This record gives sequence, C-alpha cells and structure tokens, in this order.
Amino acid sequence: MYQTTNTRIIVPEFDVRQPTSLEAVLRELEHNAKGTRLLAGGTDLLVQIKLERTQPARLIDITRVPELMGMAVKDGMLIVGAATSIRTLANGVGVRERYTALAESCDAFSTVPVMIMGTIGGNLCNASPAADTAPALFAFDGAVELASCEGSRRTVPLDEFFVGPGRTVMREDEVMVAVRLPKTAAGTGSAFVKIGRVAADISKVSAAVKLVRKDDRVSECRIAVGAVAATPMRAYTAEQYLAGRRIDAKTLADAARAVEEDVKPITDVRSTKEYRTHVAGVAVKDALGAAWQRARGGERQ
Amino acid sequence: MKRQTVRFTINGEARELAVYPNDLLLNVLRDQESLTGTKYGCGIGECGACTVQVDGAPTLSCLKLAVSVDGCKVVTIEGLAKGNQLDPVQEAFLDNSAVQCGFCTPGMVMMGRALLDEKPRPTEQEVRDHMRGSLCRCTGYASIVRAIMVAGEKAELS
Repeated sequence: MYQTTNTRIIVPEFDVRQPTSLEAVLRELEHNAKGTRLLAGGTDLLVQIKLERTQPARLIDITRVPELMGMAVKDGMLIVGAATSIRTLANGVGVRERYTALAESCDAFSTVPVMIMGTIGGNLCNASPAADTAPALFAFDGAVELASCEGSRRTVPLDEFFVGPGRTVMREDEVMVAVRLPKTAAGTGSAFVKIGRVAADISKVSAAVKLVRKDDRVSECRIAVGAVAATPMRAYTAEQYLAGRRIDAKTLADAARAVEEDVKPITDVRSTKEYRTHVAGVAVKDALGAAWQRARGGERQ
Repeated sequence: MKRQTVRFTINGEARELAVYPNDLLLNVLRDQESLTGTKYGCGIGECGACTVQVDGAPTLSCLKLAVSVDGCKVVTIEGLAKGNQLDPVQEAFLDNSAVQCGFCTPGMVMMGRALLDEKPRPTEQEVRDHMRGSLCRCTGYASIVRAIMVAGEKAELS
C-alpha cells in the first residue's frame, strides 16, 4: 500500500457535520451512512486519514452532542457518555474508588493531550487489540449502548463487541451512545497493569483484574488482557480456576500459567509472541495481587 | 469542498476565518494567522510540539480540525506573555537554560502552564508524568522539568 509521509496537512477532502443533538446525529447517518465516519477526539481517526488508511467522504463531529457527554449514576449503574474524554472519566466522582482498574487504565492512556482529546467511545470503536480501556471495562462487565437511525437501541456486552483488529459489531448506521458499568459489590478490588516501552506508548501487553473477596477467598473474579490476541479478551480459564480460591503464591502462579495458555499474541514491531505470552501471565499476576490487597480494604467496610 | 466560516478567539482577539473542512488548526494558526510559534513536529500526536490551549485545555493542533474550534478560545505560545511581561513558565525556561534549539519549547511551555494552572506545586514525578507527551531531542528533560518546578515555586512565593 502507498504509505504517505506527509502528516502536516490533510490531503483528502471531506465534509464535516457538527450536529448538536443525538437526534441530529442519527438524521445525518440516515442520509448517507456509507463513507461517513463519526469524529470524536480525532487522535486516532485524523491520523488514519492523514496516512490515507481511511478516506471518508464525510465526518460527523459528535463532540457537541450533550447526550453523548458526561457521566451519571442510574440505579447504581455508572453510565458514561461515549464522547466523554478519557481525562474526564478518570476524574469522575467515585470512578477511582469503585472502578479503580478503569481509572488506572485512563492514567496509562497515551499522553495528557490525548487523554483530554480522546474519548471512551473512540477508544472502543477503533477496536485496537491494545485499546487501554477495554480490559478494564471487560473486568467490570461493561456494556455499550448503540443507537441506530431507524430508532432502535441495543446494548451489547463488551466481550461481544469486538470482532477483530479495527472491527466491531457496530453497524454503519449506528452510533455509540454510552458505556454502562454495573455497580460493584462490597469487597471488590481491581487493578490495571500496562507494559509498554515508555509511558506514552501503545501497550505491548495490558491486563485488568476485578475480584470480590469474601471470607478471604475469591468469590468472583474477572480477568481481561489486551494486545495478546486479535481483540481484547477475557482469560476465562484463569477466572474459573480462581473462583473460591485464596490468592497466594501457588494460585497466582497457576493463574498466570492459565493465562499464558489462553492468549494468542502475534509478533510485531512492539514485541514478540513469546515475550507477550510470558508477560501476559506476569501482568495478570501483578494485577491480581494488587486487586486482592485492595479488596481487603473493601471487605472491612 | 467549500470554505466554512469559523468564529473563535485567538489570544483574546475575536477572529472570523474562512477555512476548509480539512484544514487543521495548526496550519490555520501558522499560515493564515502567521502565528508560527506553534510547531509542526510529527503530525500524528506523538511529540507535543503543536500544543495550544483550546478553552483552557492543552490540545494537539495538528489533530484538531479548524472547523471544530468554532466558538472556542484558543491560546498559543504568543498569547502567554502580557505585553513585555513573560509568563512565569517562560521566565523559568530562560533562567534554567531549558531551551536549546527551541523547537519543542512552545509545546513544553504550554504543557507546563496547563499543569501549574491545575496544580500550582507539582512534584517532579507529576511534572514528568504530565509532560510525557512532549518530546525534546536536544535540550534534555532535566532542565525542562526543573524550569516548570521553579515556575511553580516562584508563583507561590510572589
């Protein structure tokens, strides 16, 4: 493929729409969904356009749509508007306390300007296997709410959302409205670990863990890893193994081995397959240890 | 492709400009407004040389469509000084020899200013973490980090 080296200007031409309500966004999609891309923070899409990896005829800027911005708690569920910035999410009231792994994944997110510009919906819709927020959202049983221009709404659990690198189940006539996170139980602890070359880099491997500690055992646990398969993924074998067990040196080692067996990483410019396989286990081990410690604080409450 | 009118303020001055939908804020600032302090470095959001403030938030102008700043307040490196009085961050960069070739400096100063606005006395680790998206290839980070910390200390003393 022709690889352009110009990144100063954008050569391809397109129209930009700037709707100010969700209804108007859907109306725009109804007109002509083909060749249209939704533009949020632009930190990924505009790079792709500059490099001519995608050539949309039209962009719909969704950063002026109040229905897609901000956070609310409804029936104990945290609802995050899809165009909410990563920085806003990280600083959201109660997010760090209740959804620690998610706040940590936001802290690890690229650079400060990218955290300010980039959005949670953009991070998910771009569907990078290394998307920083995805493992944490998996761990909290997150789901995304999609609206289509025909007026239908559907909620897709995050672990069914990704299909492959850059691909999701979202249709061209749909827009992501919000990310929904269920209430966390008493005794919950969580942690996120990112392995990268330097802090601002895309991860080589990432891992998020959420567990509920009851009577000094793991009563429930979610483990998700990023950048080790075609999509972010749950490590089901390790999750099942840990249920009902205590976290100690042996169970940590066994869980790490189970993760190593489940992941299917590739070798690329950032890492080798072998490195990713081993480090996925290490990252999960570290996240489990931190989550277990944090859960003890929660158990006392 | 037709030009669109955007209205926004640059360094406190109201502007009304005709821009194309694919024009980037960076190029409108540099080419149309002759504000060449803001630099084009990598163009893909890796280096931070193009950092400006949009409504007070550090923003990569190389990844911001000009049409999307309609109604916003944009501040560039040229807008930090008040007349001949440099911003304390700019002063501290001079005092601490935090400028060698100067190419990354506008972005560095804009990021440093944003941090001190949020957190007047950051720790060294906080400065380094906040600045991780601003790359320098000659001055070295030690003097840049020191300059930002000194600017915070001085502001507190005055």
